[in-house]
Amino acid sequence: MANPPTKPAAGRAGMKKELPEHFKAYRHVWVYVEVERGRVHPVSWELMGEGRKLADKLGVELAAVVLGAKSPELKQVVRQTYHYGADICYICEDATLAEYRNQPYTRALTDLVNTHKPEILLLGATTLGRDLAGSVATTLKTGLTADSTELDVDDEKSLAATRPTFGGTLLCTIHTLNFRPQMATVRPRVMAMPEPDTTRSGRMVWHTLGMNEADIVTKVLDFVADAASNKANLAYADIVVAGGMGLQNPQNFELVKRLAATLGGEYGCSRPVVQKGWMPAERQIGQTGNTIRPKLYIAAGISGAIQHRVGVEGSDLIVAINTDPNAKIFEFAHLGIVADALTVLPALTDAFARRLGVRALAS
Amino acid sequence: MHIVVCIKQVPDSAQIRVHPVTNTIMRQGVPTIINPYDLFALEEAMRLRDEFGGRVTVLCMGPPMAEDALRRALGLGADQAVLITDRRFAGSDTLATSFALATALETLGKEHPIDIVFTGKQTIDGDTAQVGPGIACRLELNQLTYVAAIDSLDKAKGEIVARRRAEGGVQVLKSKLPCLITMLEGANTLRRGSVQDMLRAARAKVTVWSAEDAGVGDLLKCGLRGSPTVVKKVFAPQPREEPAEMVAVEGKTPAQIGDAILDLVFARQPKLEAELTA
Ligand SMILES: Cc1cc2nc3c(=O)[nH]c(=O)nc-3n(C[C@H](O)[C@H](O)[C@H](O)COP(=O)(O)OP(=O)(O)OC[C@H]3O[C@@H](n4cnc5c(N)ncnc54)[C@H](O)[C@@H]3O)c2cc1C
Repeated sequence: MANPPTKPAAGRAGMKKELPEHFKAYRHVWVYVEVERGRVHPVSWELMGEGRKLADKLGVELAAVVLGAKSPELKQVVRQTYHYGADICYICEDATLAEYRNQPYTRALTDLVNTHKPEILLLGATTLGRDLAGSVATTLKTGLTADSTELDVDDEKSLAATRPTFGGTLLCTIHTLNFRPQMATVRPRVMAMPEPDTTRSGRMVWHTLGMNEADIVTKVLDFVADAASNKANLAYADIVVAGGMGLQNPQNFELVKRLAATLGGEYGCSRPVVQKGWMPAERQIGQTGNTIRPKLYIAAGISGAIQHRVGVEGSDLIVAINTDPNAKIFEFAHLGIVADALTVLPALTDAFARRLGVRALAS
Repeated sequence: MHIVVCIKQVPDSAQIRVHPVTNTIMRQGVPTIINPYDLFALEEAMRLRDEFGGRVTVLCMGPPMAEDALRRALGLGADQAVLITDRRFAGSDTLATSFALATALETLGKEHPIDIVFTGKQTIDGDTAQVGPGIACRLELNQLTYVAAIDSLDKAKGEIVARRRAEGGVQVLKSKLPCLITMLEGANTLRRGSVQDMLRAARAKVTVWSAEDAGVGDLLKCGLRGSPTVVKKVFAPQPREEPAEMVAVEGKTPAQIGDAILDLVFARQPKLEAELTA
């Protein structure tokens, strides 16, 4: 029951209620800019691009929210928020915000919302964003749509957040009609990265947190950074080759890896492949795995379920290899090949290797 | 120690079939399972119980048939099971769900104060990861999400040290009980229930609570009425406007097919060819 109902609540949604009086003052679009250890998560800039479009459509301002400990890097982040489209930057600098912890971050963001009253609040669907969004929405008792794949505002200026529904074939559009702010999270790479405009500037609004370290229960003892090596960087790869259940057994994924290696790209897979234990979870592509936006995406033996589609739709060129001419993937691929992936993948690897002057990796 | 694990019964997604014509989910005959992520939470709870003593209660909100999921958890070694089920919970979004579960947890805690609430990282059907933080927030529990491992627990001091998955690394956090932990997949290996547990589970009584039994006073905060989000539209994704260009394969050798694909790829992405050959 924790997920959005799969049937539209026709009666209730159809019944147009006036927005309660005290919510009418809520205006402007906000994006929470995720700064962890001095670095902005790219999803925040992607959201700024999307937030700018929503704000322009509504005829309101776009604001960024920056939380952290006082540092030169944080000042730089504030300037960057203007470059990425912010008219206003709300900033809360406090020593207790040096590293992410739920309690002070929830307090800072809810206080800011209650003071300045935005109509829309967007966060990245990262481990940080989801941790924070869940607490803030519950504190404010408002609606929150997770992992939206499309954001828009309708004629009534209500935020329309679209996401796949359970089952694999349908999308649903979710609204928060009678509460403010309307909150949504979006996964990294779902929205395009906007071009920064370094001539833009904006206004800065300060906020004080008013918490002491003694008030905060949880302490950060250490941060163990991931080893940079051998980790998949699917989300930001230029070329991705993926295999699905059509590859039939784990050995055949060598064909996928070999093509990816020849192209200097990353390899990935669909969810059932991970569930079978044929590939690690970090290689999964789709709504619940990595969202990718490469220049070239080659999908072999993948049927093209909606949860997969939403994770790859931002690719410049999608090439699908599938034995079934009616596979859903051909509805959104640019190039389609109705053939056995087990023969096409090695042939394609050889063709690229010949053309690129690379020796085909031992076949 | 009293540890409560919130679990959800979900359809086995590997077995979901979609009607080819109507595009609707064919639920009939689809087996249900405990949300796989919740099993890591259950195992961790039982591990702590085995080490520090106490009991593990499993709590589930769902239709009457969700009793199966709870019985399965008892078979794996949980001590007590509570199902909150009420038609008035139907249509709950994450805010209404966390309200119902938090209320039931408060009621449970009156009997035996709760030290830790566990949930899975997220469910496989809704994927929101919002209910755990929602419960923590409502009950003012210290919130530890995406926990990969619990390093230590000091029962006397009420202190816990846990490793939390963050972007680009792992945070080692020291916090206090009572807390809410959402457990990451792969954090442990689920035990196989003992024969005694299986036998006990078959006979055990699952406590079934209505909204009132669970302690819900304000029914307006439940179900559809307590859910600020509204699904306005459900629709099938549309094919891309420009249909896929199909590469002719009839009568061609694999090598010819390979070359044909490559030509088309480079024709559409000339920059890519330059980058790759550079
Ligand atoms: C909440 C939720 C979240 C999900 N998240 C994701 C996600 O993030 N990512 C994801 O991918 N899925 C996700 N799914 C699962 C999704 O609905 C599909 O089940 C899944 O994408 C199907 O994987 P597949 O295409 O590999 O397998 P299948 O659907 O079994 O398709 C296999 C395909 O291979 C083709 N084939 C067979 N043999 C060959 C051959 N020799 N050569 C070429 N083609 C062949 C078949 O024609 C078929 O089209 C999610 C589901 C749910 C419910």
